[in-house]
Amino acid sequence: MTLGTNDNGLLVEPVARLIEELSKLPGIGPKTASRLTFYLLRADEEQARQLAAALVDVKEQVSFCKRCFNITVSELCPICTNPNRDQSKICVVEEPLDVLAIERTNRYRGLYHVLHGHLAPLEGIYREDLKINELVARVRTEPVEEVILATNPNTEGQATAYLILKDLAPIGVHVTQPARGLPTGGDLEWADPDTLGSALEGRREL
Amino acid sequence: MADRVYRTEALILRRTDFNEADRLLTLVTPGGKRRVVAKGVRKTTSRLAGHIELFTHSQLLLALGRNLDIVTQSQILERYETLRTELPRLSCGYYAAELYDKVTPEEGEENPLLFRLMVQTFAALDTSTNPTLVLRMFELRLLHAIGYRPNLHRCVASQELLTEEANRFSPALGGMLSPAHTSADRNALPISLNAFKLLRYLQTVGDEKQPYQTIERLNISEGVQREAESVLRAYLRTILERELKTAAFLDSVLRSP
Repeated sequence: MTLGTNDNGLLVEPVARLIEELSKLPGIGPKTASRLTFYLLRADEEQARQLAAALVDVKEQVSFCKRCFNITVSELCPICTNPNRDQSKICVVEEPLDVLAIERTNRYRGLYHVLHGHLAPLEGIYREDLKINELVARVRTEPVEEVILATNPNTEGQATAYLILKDLAPIGVHVTQPARGLPTGGDLEWADPDTLGSALEGRREL
Repeated sequence: MADRVYRTEALILRRTDFNEADRLLTLVTPGGKRRVVAKGVRKTTSRLAGHIELFTHSQLLLALGRNLDIVTQSQILERYETLRTELPRLSCGYYAAELYDKVTPEEGEENPLLFRLMVQTFAALDTSTNPTLVLRMFELRLLHAIGYRPNLHRCVASQELLTEEANRFSPALGGMLSPAHTSADRNALPISLNAFKLLRYLQTVGDEKQPYQTIERLNISEGVQREAESVLRAYLRTILERELKTAAFLDSVLRSP
């Protein structure tokens, strides 16, 4: 997005360059980018240096876990190396942030597998772009009993889940999906028919 | 001052993430193709989220925005549940969506007929026993709607009426060649009589209201269907001057064991 960057010609080059770099970030438009730039311009030097160092460190030190493709600073991520985790369960998620979301529940003690995206043929993201083959290889070689497909509960996530199921079915592993239902604090009358329907299907004894 | 909000029927064709929790939607509406934004719908607390699912037919209330219009309310009219839960049908849906997206201009001109066609196509992909044949009929109807109807009744080189002897389809000239004029396009594709008949049938049969119903009664061999598919794909490739991204995906879903 370079909207409104035309007036950057009026600014000195380093300032214009920072604005341009910042506005490449997702969710940051030209206005926010200029605001951040001028904030940093006034901030003390130490703060700017720390930001720059943090950026470089992230790129230099962080990589993906060789086993589950979560983010890590060593070969394997902390979850994969933790002997207390249940090795018989793999929870499949779309993004590393989803791992955090599930960890925050404190209800899951198994392992993860991060796909790094979902199937989106219209945007040019296919099976090969996701870590599906790696997942199948894990299920074949590790002592896995259950695979939980926790892709996002929408059409794209569901399509991804079906695609994975097709590969896992012949292996004979137990494949499950988190229940879909009503959010805490929600209002029944605003629930969409899909969610309400699956919430009713998944009802349980009180 | 004109109204700040308006109401429209729409088929949700494409979604991409945008900003912190928003989504950009590409819609097919009777008023043409539209790009709109749905705010905050990636949060689980969004009341709108469940009503703007991909490949649903909805009634939307939109507010005029500075750049993009904003979805304020949505009510699902048709959910196409089977389509969204069966991978082969879903990949047909992706293909139809991409094809529509590629042949229509960015901010579309009004075209209620094309909108009807898309809604009918998704309904048929949801329920038909033969979704791939639905796609063939869709391709032919879409080509007709955008002014690229392939000529299957007269020779594209000589204008003479075609007989059953015709066995070449020319993607470059946009139709069949009679045996006497096959030299008009040396790259014309061979086509069997049965595949030729199938294309002709799909192009002419069916009324505006329920075009896809006749497909259910057809019993066409796999080979002939494949032939019709490759001829139409070649023609579409010539028109679009590129390969559709979803075509390879569709093939891999339908043809892998």
